[in-house]
Amino acid sequence: MAVPVDNYLRNQFMPHMWCPGCGHGIVLGAVLRAIGRLDLPKDEVCIVSGIGCASRAPGYLDFNTVHTTHGRALAFATGIKLARPDLHVIVLTGDGDASAIGGNHLIHAARRNMGITTVMFNNSIYGMTNGQYSPMTPKGRYASTAPYGNVERNFDMCELVKAAGGNYVARATTAHARQLSNYVEHAIQTQGFAFVEAVTQCPTYFGRRNKMGTPVDMIEWFRKNSVNAAAAAKLGPEELDGKIVVGEFYRGDAPEYTQVYEEVIKRAKEAAAR
Amino acid sequence: MPGRKGRDLRLLQGNECCAEAAILAGCTFFAGYPITPSTEIAEILSEKLPQVGGHFIQMEDEIASIAAVIGASLTGAKSMTATSGPGFSLKQENIGFASFTEIPCVIVNVQRTGPSTGLPTAPAQADLMQARWGTHGDHPIVALYPSTVPEVFDLTVKAFNISERLRVPVILLMDEVVGHMREKVEIPHVSDIEIINRPRPDVPPEKYLPYAAGPDGVPPMAPFGTGYRWHVTGLYHDETGFPTTAAPNADRQMKRLYAKIESAAEEITFTSEESLDDAEIVVVACGITARSARRGVRLARERGIKAGMLQLKTIWPFPYGIIGDIAGRVEKIIVAEMNMGQLIGEVERAACGKCEVVGYSRVDGEPIAPAEIVAKIEEV
Ligand SMILES: Cc1ncc(C[n+]2csc(CCOP(=O)(O)OP(=O)(O)O)c2C)c(N)n1
Ligand code: SF4
Ligand SMILES: [Mg+2]
Repeated sequence: MAVPVDNYLRNQFMPHMWCPGCGHGIVLGAVLRAIGRLDLPKDEVCIVSGIGCASRAPGYLDFNTVHTTHGRALAFATGIKLARPDLHVIVLTGDGDASAIGGNHLIHAARRNMGITTVMFNNSIYGMTNGQYSPMTPKGRYASTAPYGNVERNFDMCELVKAAGGNYVARATTAHARQLSNYVEHAIQTQGFAFVEAVTQCPTYFGRRNKMGTPVDMIEWFRKNSVNAAAAAKLGPEELDGKIVVGEFYRGDAPEYTQVYEEVIKRAKEAAAR
Repeated sequence: MPGRKGRDLRLLQGNECCAEAAILAGCTFFAGYPITPSTEIAEILSEKLPQVGGHFIQMEDEIASIAAVIGASLTGAKSMTATSGPGFSLKQENIGFASFTEIPCVIVNVQRTGPSTGLPTAPAQADLMQARWGTHGDHPIVALYPSTVPEVFDLTVKAFNISERLRVPVILLMDEVVGHMREKVEIPHVSDIEIINRPRPDVPPEKYLPYAAGPDGVPPMAPFGTGYRWHVTGLYHDETGFPTTAAPNADRQMKRLYAKIESAAEEITFTSEESLDDAEIVVVACGITARSARRGVRLARERGIKAGMLQLKTIWPFPYGIIGDIAGRVEKIIVAEMNMGQLIGEVERAACGKCEVVGYSRVDGEPIAPAEIVAKIEEV
């Protein structure tokens, strides 16, 4: 079903600040279509971001929106969700924002199972600061601070969030916009912490440095190098090297934090009354 | 402790009193990370906040704590965090965010000796400048500084009221000694406590400009999730709340932020004095040092020296005017402080050469005793 997203945009701020061919718009479109299908009332949606190109998204969205500090979106979102558990709190964050400076907040938001949906725009680079390597830059890839090729291993953030205790974990790329949107929809419907990694292209820095061609070439590259979770389960580590595993990896039903805290309030009030 | 009929007299520790006062001031949200000597505030609020339907959360660090506090405040909750030295350092970036986006919050810093881990957890008064300039960039801030447990009560309530009224982060600086000391305090009846809430918009959502301020420079604030959808950003923003790089706007925005504090300076400046009228030598101090100064001044008077003292309960905005007036009519000002000389710079600026300003510093983790104040008064 086609869902118009215009209604959710602050159209007066178009054109947006993203480069031509940047994948962030595809990811944002997928998020908005998910919100549209769920028909969430705009007043009940709160979008929180950190700092980076991806984190500029909330400024264009007609919801309650907060553009916070680098890496801290989930910590701000935790306060919002705890004080107003009825709001749909969605964090839009970059790979640097979520996996480097904000990595600890991500781990703990997942561990607490806060009812927050996190969409990590993973372009494997620090886009906003002109292309330094991030914890998501694959080994061997080039960046402005990895002129001889990146020597660090990159994270598997989906595994990390699953291990930390999140209730929903999925990954898709900008070549899978429809699945991506479905995953975000499932994430929003999840009670508890939900994480969607959106693999996206930064043609300006990652693409250019690594000779990936046009933005379309990059999307095509994602399509060709993606393996779905079921197929990946049958492959060995060597066959999976350099591949992007996509799909829904985990659904849990651990209790959501703010609901558990409502019980604390009930018990505390009883104790105070005694 | 049994009080007289109708009065609520209690023997409370400073930290305990701060937590009690926060609840009575309307605080419904606390996020923090344990650090001595502030931890009791978190411990008590973890018990009391859910009793009043509020929320407590222990975050993964101090950066996350202040972030959660700001997030909760966006939904309308009066919010607070409490910390000490190293934790106060970690909070700085987000304090700047709250100041610039005008989101009310209270940050308690029960000071300990620094830098770094310092002398855990001996008292010091060395975060006065960090309270003012800890975050990068120009920014408005208010800092209050109690010297007794009853003052902790009063200034905690005031911290919330000022934060709400002016939409500014308020720092409550405490000394380790005050945080841990027990004193008698009379808790006023709820109906006798003045409570101020943040200004709310009186226009419908489609007319709401989240950063359009009235004559007092304070824009009305709509809680998130009440039909007013607005944007919050740490980028320079115009009245709509959306980012703009326009130079005239940046100039206007920064100057408004300063003006809103300046125009309220009188109502948020609290001092206390002792024998100032005919004083020739005046001791300026805050926190526990003010207690010793008060006693020291009384002892000096007994010895026939015309000494007086001024206690600053508000240190930011700094009361330049009040000190300037005093400097005009006394011979000497002694600034006593448990640091290498932070307050004294501001006192010198205020005195403008009208009188001699001398410092008395102690930085060994021990409080300044009244006898030291007397000795200094006699020496100058
Ligand atoms: C505390 C702090 N450190 C560093 C920066 C500089 N900075 C801004 S954005 C950014 C990286 C953003 O990368 P990512 O999160 O991957 O987002 P992208 O721009 O790639 O979408 C950095 C390092 C900052 N704003 N704040
Ligand atoms: S720098 Fe990269 S991530 Fe940033 S807008 Fe341009 S293409 Fe997108
Ligand atoms: Mg990135």
